[in-house]
Amino acid sequence: MKRLINQHPSRIGALLLATIPFIVIAILYFTASTERLAENPDDRLLPSIAQLIDGIQAAAFEEDPRTGDVILWMDTAASLERLAWGVGLSALLGLAFGVATGMLPLARAPLSPFISVLSLVPPMAILPILFIAFGLDELSKIVLIVLGVAPFIMRDLQQRVMEIPAEQLVKAQSLGMTSWQIALRVVLPQVLPRLTDSVRLSLGAAWIFLISAEAIAAEQGLGYRIFLVRRYMAMDTILPYVAWITLLAFLMDRALFALNRRAFPWLYNGRKAEEAA
Amino acid sequence: MNPAVPEAGVAAVREPQIRIRKLWKSYGDRVVLENISLDIQAGEFVSIVGASGCGKTTFFRMLLGEEQPSRGEMLLEGRPWPQEPDADRGVVFQRYSVFPHLTALANVRIALETPRARLLGRLFGSAAREADDKAREWLARVGLDGSAGKFPHELSGGMQQRLALAQSLAAAPKILLLDEPFGALDPGIRADMHALMKSLWLAQRFTVFMVTHDIEEGFSLGSRLLVFDRVRNDPHEPQRYGARITYDLPLKSE
Repeated sequence: MKRLINQHPSRIGALLLATIPFIVIAILYFTASTERLAENPDDRLLPSIAQLIDGIQAAAFEEDPRTGDVILWMDTAASLERLAWGVGLSALLGLAFGVATGMLPLARAPLSPFISVLSLVPPMAILPILFIAFGLDELSKIVLIVLGVAPFIMRDLQQRVMEIPAEQLVKAQSLGMTSWQIALRVVLPQVLPRLTDSVRLSLGAAWIFLISAEAIAAEQGLGYRIFLVRRYMAMDTILPYVAWITLLAFLMDRALFALNRRAFPWLYNGRKAEEAA
Repeated sequence: MNPAVPEAGVAAVREPQIRIRKLWKSYGDRVVLENISLDIQAGEFVSIVGASGCGKTTFFRMLLGEEQPSRGEMLLEGRPWPQEPDADRGVVFQRYSVFPHLTALANVRIALETPRARLLGRLFGSAAREADDKAREWLARVGLDGSAGKFPHELSGGMQQRLALAQSLAAAPKILLLDEPFGALDPGIRADMHALMKSLWLAQRFTVFMVTHDIEEGFSLGSRLLVFDRVRNDPHEPQRYGARITYDLPLKSE
């Protein structure tokens, strides 16, 4: 018998093992649901499969009789738009500030401590200020995401830029390159895959800020809907929404990961690919 | 006649490319180099050997422009030594000397592109094709013709150093600075690299400074050998004295 640390599952085995926790959760849920519904058929806390399907049907495929919208798609579009703006702006700001503070001591000195402090301000605590300053519309939600995510990306990228071996920067100078050329041709291409990683890691936080902002003030959006139907304890809507948000987040994560693998072949040789996965 | 006289006469006629006078380097109380004076003619191949911690690397970093002398004078072609690395002084380190995100071809091409395309650092159209051709010539000169499309991580250590040499020389430096360039290579590959280095130097006749641990390498490659060592030592205060050049040997080079 090999030591435990040397025992690996087969590929199919690994796949099966990965499904176990999901199956366990599903079994626990539906047993509990059946029990509760047997006791009280009007129980709303743990809807049955049939009720969940009805809920999905209503949210994802039926038009609202008053407005003609299908609420799930309308909410998804609204939320994804806010998320894209917030994360996109954060990525751009993160890249610009991260490269500047990572490369230039004269930019690092005034900006780096400020960004560190900024990243420690709890964004949710200043949400009321954002609502007052930017109104209750889209802007305040996007600003919340940017405030929550951009400082993290800036700090992360500054770190990544500073990890580029000094030899490379000396080499670039010895080829006569200007600071601008070094930024453009040496630093930027090497931190772009780090930016994708950084965005991947901050997506979770971005969703938190998005849903929080939507819960407090919005007229549509995934977070808005969940907090709206909470009043009726409509778990048959909330649970599919949560699953849908999770699926969206998962797909984004995988898409960014695949983008990195494909766009930056120089980065993902053997060992490094394992580290990243 | 005194054999030193004609030599001195020649030196007086040919202004040295590099002139170093009474150079000192210290960090606070710690003296690293003391009283270094040197004249180097253009086209010399200077090997620098010495024990660890004898200031070879500090001297090398001063040649690069990464460090400034604490005292003394360093002149390059009669002008004060540049305060930062520039295109006059190419460099090859033991590691990290090429850009990992560029193919072999692009690694050499970037040396040709950036001086001509100041804003974008990239050439287009016929200028790009021209740079490509030149870069391919350089790859061929260092024996990497077949690897133009490969990324550095797909090349062996020796091939990476060949690429680093091609990249540096493509920028046509006056001086090539080598910091243990072959130190991480297998002996057989190292011998190949020595032959390549020598042929490139004989063909182009740039000045070379090569820091090495391998004294045999220093003797066989260089036209001049400098030995750095601490002559004075105070056991109670080891930081008090720095290293000097204890031997300055002319070598036969053919």
